[in-house]
Amino acid sequence: MEEPFVKTDIRKEENIVYKRTNLLVDRPLSYCPGCGHGVVHRMLMETLEEMGLQDKTIGVSPVGCSVLAYDFMNIDMLGAAHGRAPALATAIKRMWPNRFVFTYQGDGDLAAIGTAETIHACNRGENFVIIFINNGIYGMTGGQMAPTTLPNMRSSTSPYGRDVSIMGHPLKMTELVAQLPGTYYVTRQAVHTPSHVRKTKKALRKAFENQKNNTGISFVEVVSNCNSGWKMTPVQSNKWMEENMFPFYPLGDIKVDGKLVEQKEAVTKE
Amino acid sequence: MAKVKGDIEINVERCKGCEVCIASCPFTVIAMTKEVNGKGYHYAIKVNDDCTGCMNCAIVCPDGVITVYRAKVTAE
Repeated sequence: MEEPFVKTDIRKEENIVYKRTNLLVDRPLSYCPGCGHGVVHRMLMETLEEMGLQDKTIGVSPVGCSVLAYDFMNIDMLGAAHGRAPALATAIKRMWPNRFVFTYQGDGDLAAIGTAETIHACNRGENFVIIFINNGIYGMTGGQMAPTTLPNMRSSTSPYGRDVSIMGHPLKMTELVAQLPGTYYVTRQAVHTPSHVRKTKKALRKAFENQKNNTGISFVEVVSNCNSGWKMTPVQSNKWMEENMFPFYPLGDIKVDGKLVEQKEAVTKE
Repeated sequence: MAKVKGDIEINVERCKGCEVCIASCPFTVIAMTKEVNGKGYHYAIKVNDDCTGCMNCAIVCPDGVITVYRAKVTAE
């Protein structure tokens, strides 16, 4: 496969401004094309690399698509039972107070089976980072309805759309945990455009800086797509996410330095 | 005046053809090929010389397949 337009004068080792971080294992990611997990994995690893925390960090991987996160992140990782990542992270952080601990969970894991663990860990004010990937669906098992599925959104178990009179309302976990005194930094980000990715990286950096100061839970939600589960192409699903997910899950900081941010205008589009 | 020129290198065997990089490029440097790679995906490829090395494509790429180079060149 010959590549056209190769500029040999520029393509030199010293001119590299961006490359895949070495903290990601050199192995193809198991996620679908266009999935937000890959970007969040990379931003997380870049943050840890910049802070020099590779040998001081312990991650907890969930059950869901990102169950294999330990296969891709070149740091110490543990796998938790479904939804129990905050409980396991509590144990790790209490046994190893000088280690940096994070959990990486999806919405089926954190907002459904693990609601109790999440809320109580946030309420106790444990000192670790929770990274919450919200795509409104159970992606790995075939796109079933999750607690975060939007009203009238189609999924494989709500083929006529989610009827809130029968199936209940979507759960805004991030707003919920922001009300608890144990959380210190609560934010919601996205990773579908370059500017959102850069903001997400800043949020992750802030979350790990907070952990250095033992301030309490930092909760970073990332609204992501699930193009396989939503039955769309990656570009279509990003557009659908902007039009439908962001009005319900507005992006931005919800709680900064232990204080709730006043509801400002939702950043939905660039 | 010195101009900034960039170049991108795409690891085509790792590319899954999601096309997210194409939407993020301000100079439409990237396009999809008709051929497929070893995994059976159409892959992204550089199609012109307008790259400035802004890194947008590399940052949004879910699989991190893009390496970005940037250098100042002096125009005659």
